[in-house]
Amino acid sequence: MLKRYLPHPLLTLVLTAVWMLLINSFSMGALVFGLLLGIVIPVITSAFWPGRPKITNYRGVVEYILVVLWDILVANVIVAGLILFRRADRLDSRFVVVPLDITSSEGITALAGTITMTPGTVSCDLSADARSLLVHCLHAPDPQGVVDDIKSRYERRLKEIFE
Amino acid sequence: MSFILEIIISALIVIGGFFALVGSFGLVKLPDLMTRLHGPTKATTLGVGSILVASMLYFWLLQDSFTIHELLITLFLLLTAPITANVIAKAYMLDHADPDKDLPKTGGVEGWATFDAIGQEDDVDAPTTGTEPARKPVPEL
Repeated sequence: MLKRYLPHPLLTLVLTAVWMLLINSFSMGALVFGLLLGIVIPVITSAFWPGRPKITNYRGVVEYILVVLWDILVANVIVAGLILFRRADRLDSRFVVVPLDITSSEGITALAGTITMTPGTVSCDLSADARSLLVHCLHAPDPQGVVDDIKSRYERRLKEIFE
Repeated sequence: MSFILEIIISALIVIGGFFALVGSFGLVKLPDLMTRLHGPTKATTLGVGSILVASMLYFWLLQDSFTIHELLITLFLLLTAPITANVIAKAYMLDHADPDKDLPKTGGVEGWATFDAIGQEDDVDAPTTGTEPARKPVPEL
């Protein structure tokens, strides 16, 4: 019964919270409408998400978010420095291949998004068997170092969260 | 007190404007599309982010009206920027990059997903249906 009308309690909470943030001021009517959306949308879209990852490691999630936010801050300063102070023909930009250990598709998606947001790297493509990720670096004199960094800093943490 | 707050908020706005400007300047200065992608995906995030923090502080501390819209904007930016960058990169590679020449090997049996469907190489014996479009000739990078 509960499973049928509340197939995804977390999604219900998130949708209600997003609705309240959009309204941007608290009122009872808005909360009721937000809850209504939060209940109706998961029910009618449940066919689109047949399986979802079980996340129990919430401490890992918080740690990961903080690490990524800090790295975004650092990435911005580094990239701004590269853009301003380095001649374009002295940039050592190249593709690197990151072999993946992580297998869950949610984990790979999160990893690819993180790589794009952090120091001088944009994730471009995934191999057809999802075993390696193609990453473009703005300035990478040491490609192996970039790969090691990504694997130890992000992939290890994501593995702990999703697997 | 409110004087110090105003200085902090102004500083955040100036920092935000600076990073947004640098990101846009990167678009002009960097030589090709793949490097240009780095400007807007990063420098701009901090630019918009710090302007949003300034806006939140201003309305919260100086105008006494609490607003949290800005958190939502930040969240949506963080969610959409990587996807946009990925789709632009894929479109560019499909049109301008030769997977045999310009890209490194995957290190596995399969090629990159943009160019090779899984198991495509094994299908040489299968009859060609003629419906698959031939790959376009690749211009020099």
